Amino acid sequence: MLAVTAVDLPFTKRTLGNGLDVIVHEDDHVPIVAVNIWYHVGSKNERLGRTGFAHLFEHLMFEGSAHHNAGYFAPLQRAGALLNGSTNTDRTNYWEVVPTSALDLALWMESDRMGYLLPALTRERFETQRDVVLNERRQNYENRPYGLALMAILSALFPPEHPYHWMTIGAAEDIQAMAFEDVQEFFRTYYHPANASLVLAGDIDAERGFELAEAYFGELPAGQKPAPVRAAAALLREHRLMFEDRVELPRIYMAWHSPAMFAPGDAEMDLLADLLANGKTSRLYRTLVYERRIAVDVSAYQSSREVGSFFLIVVTASPGHPLSEIASLIDNEIQAVIDDGPTRNELERSMAQAEAHFVYRLQTVGGFGGKSDQLNAYNVLRRDPGYFAGDLERYRAATREGVRAAAEAHLKFDQRVLLTVVPRGQQALSLPGAEAVAVS
Amino acid sequence: MTVDRSRLPEVAPDPHFAFPVIVRHRLDNGLQVRTVEHPGVPVISFIVQVDGGSGADPSHQEGLAAIVADMIDEGTGSLSAIDVSDALARIGADYDVDVGADATTFGLTTLTRFADRGAALLASLITRPSLRDIDFTRVRQLRLDRLRQLKDLPPAVAERAFLRLLYGTHPYGHLPIGNDRALRDITRSDVVNFHEAVYRPDRATLVVVGPMAHSEMVRTAQDAFGSWSVARREPPFSTAAGDPSFNGRARLAIIARDGAAQSELRIGQLAARRNTPDYPSLLVMNAILGGQFVSRVNLKLREEKGYTYGARTGFDWRRALAPFVFQASVHTAATAEAVKDAVAEIAGMGADRPPSSDELVLARASLTRGYPRNFETAPQVARGVAQLALYHLPDTYFGEFIPNVNAVSAEHVVAAAKRYLRPDELTTLIVGDHASVGESLLSVGLGTPELLPSES
Repeated sequence: MLAVTAVDLPFTKRTLGNGLDVIVHEDDHVPIVAVNIWYHVGSKNERLGRTGFAHLFEHLMFEGSAHHNAGYFAPLQRAGALLNGSTNTDRTNYWEVVPTSALDLALWMESDRMGYLLPALTRERFETQRDVVLNERRQNYENRPYGLALMAILSALFPPEHPYHWMTIGAAEDIQAMAFEDVQEFFRTYYHPANASLVLAGDIDAERGFELAEAYFGELPAGQKPAPVRAAAALLREHRLMFEDRVELPRIYMAWHSPAMFAPGDAEMDLLADLLANGKTSRLYRTLVYERRIAVDVSAYQSSREVGSFFLIVVTASPGHPLSEIASLIDNEIQAVIDDGPTRNELERSMAQAEAHFVYRLQTVGGFGGKSDQLNAYNVLRRDPGYFAGDLERYRAATREGVRAAAEAHLKFDQRVLLTVVPRGQQALSLPGAEAVAVS
Repeated sequence: MTVDRSRLPEVAPDPHFAFPVIVRHRLDNGLQVRTVEHPGVPVISFIVQVDGGSGADPSHQEGLAAIVADMIDEGTGSLSAIDVSDALARIGADYDVDVGADATTFGLTTLTRFADRGAALLASLITRPSLRDIDFTRVRQLRLDRLRQLKDLPPAVAERAFLRLLYGTHPYGHLPIGNDRALRDITRSDVVNFHEAVYRPDRATLVVVGPMAHSEMVRTAQDAFGSWSVARREPPFSTAAGDPSFNGRARLAIIARDGAAQSELRIGQLAARRNTPDYPSLLVMNAILGGQFVSRVNLKLREEKGYTYGARTGFDWRRALAPFVFQASVHTAATAEAVKDAVAEIAGMGADRPPSSDELVLARASLTRGYPRNFETAPQVARGVAQLALYHLPDTYFGEFIPNVNAVSAEHVVAAAKRYLRPDELTTLIVGDHASVGESLLSVGLGTPELLPSES
């Protein structure tokens, strides 16, 4: 047997004088290092009428900085790097996976755009990226079947002043109206060491990692840590909505508020999603697709977020099968979980999958979901980079009664959003009493 | 240390990397086994690759290979489809199936401590699937419904129609999912016959990658797959697709999608086989043209013009002639301009715009310097080894990749472009709002676009 590592994600953390968290994880299997930076800013930091800005800003971070006043990709790709970035409601992340020989380059580039982005930013670059983002929106949302469903759900689930009321991509008219002048203030507020966290994971010695981090980022001025975003939302009734789309098959979405990321009940809701819709053994798949053949697909997930989560069930009807029948069968399955909880068998199975997936998460150092990204998630959203084992423990500690109670507490029939998306001209296929909503 | 921001830091010489060592074995039943010792995380990956994919679909049974692949985890022995799903979940397995043009590939990844259970389950599924009629009718109906849903997905509509434009009636001319009429005509006995003819140990390769000694992985393979026998003596029908013929002329076609916010574009032609000796030159050429973020087409269409969220080019490799394709989803108003820009970029490479030395250095480096990161996980390594088996590439391939790519010169790239990119024979397909873009497409210079129906 060759050496096997334990199910753990060890690390060393230090905070620089300017407030930048630096975390190093050593793994020398492949001569690469993952550089991963999280800025604790996302679309939750926007406000109604000015949505989509955090994501557009992410694009601008690839357009050059003061000392490298040209595209961000070229020097890094020339060094063999893979790189990308993404924005969600809660955070914006940027990463490179570089050969060990190019670590200095990656840190130089990341630190330059953290410290010196604005001098390189021109109105022309801003306007081009605004067009790119509008195209991203058309491609991934407007021109995609059911692509605007989540927008309708979020705007019903969260009130207008709540930071999850809009999607991260933003409203098209907001993107069109964005002003170049707004970029400066956004950068100064959110893009500085005290609002960022840097992870180096891979073939690097921890001490060397801290030295390099200090050298490249230590000189950047400290900023003020933005105040945390807090907001509450509650539904007081069932909201029935519908819209017509360019789709062949009608689809139903059910959404509820659920516990925030890492809060009590969050892991149980995740297990509940598994139990309801993951794989052929899951209750909804089995009933709706396998046995009755009235649906073509089912899915469910706990969308864990910092300020508050939501739980979503999605089912697409088979041709000719009414959504009302499907909705009532979904309700039956939910009621059955509320009444009796999962079986021992079901919980064992979900647990086995959860345990295995925690191990699978240890396979890559970089990229979205790699070890560096996980360390940053735990550090930024939990203030504990060592939470990997604790996170797994949440799942191990879950009980049948715990999952049952979570279902009862959060999946209330009279406090949810129920959206149906139907083929154009076929409003009659939606559920009775559904109110037509406009999405674009 | 103070940072010198007057210039970018030097990149040190590439670190040494020992590429995976592949050991080959052959079981008595003819099954080829390749093992790789991959230390680290306690995860093991198995891949079974069967010679025969969508290119092996008999004429008028387009979609058969994919239905058979789908039927594999629908039951085996006393296990129903539900039981199989349960058994996979209990070992935390990731199970996936990929139906390609030339092969069908099954992957199972699990924790090392479940290696034997995982291998036994995979073997049972692939070699002794139940193929029950009741499961067949459900699986076929789900695929018919899926086909119907794909009509609303512009990239799927484009991909499907584009294969047809490039390959015509050649076996590569359809997506693995097939078409509505063929799916309706396929019967359970077609599934059984295809499985018997194609799923045979003497036409399959098993790849095992995990933190174990070769001998132990071979033992696991033998225990699980040793009893796989050839179901019928007569040789299987041919699954080897011959080369299609070139179109020989430029074409411009449109599939109407009224009111579409964007136009889905495909521009390309049949180009080369995966095993061509020009492969390294084509990789470098593609990297410069559209294979990475800083490629010519992406910089032009996204970063300079803002027409799209992203534009790229690539080869969809196959054993026989594979296509070279440009693809992008562009703002409707920019459709004609985007087509002209893309065609100009493709045409320029072998003509007035050979690679600059900067482009060449960047393309070679981006392909070679990052190469070791493709060998980080057991599933990655297993997929890489399966690709070597699929295209009959040598076990020394990984180690030779970097020197082979670094040997590509600007002259090689230009020669490859001249030989494989024939700008006068490009096929262009647009899935978009016909009323808005039809007129402007006249400016492309290929006449009035042919209006194609959306396939069923």
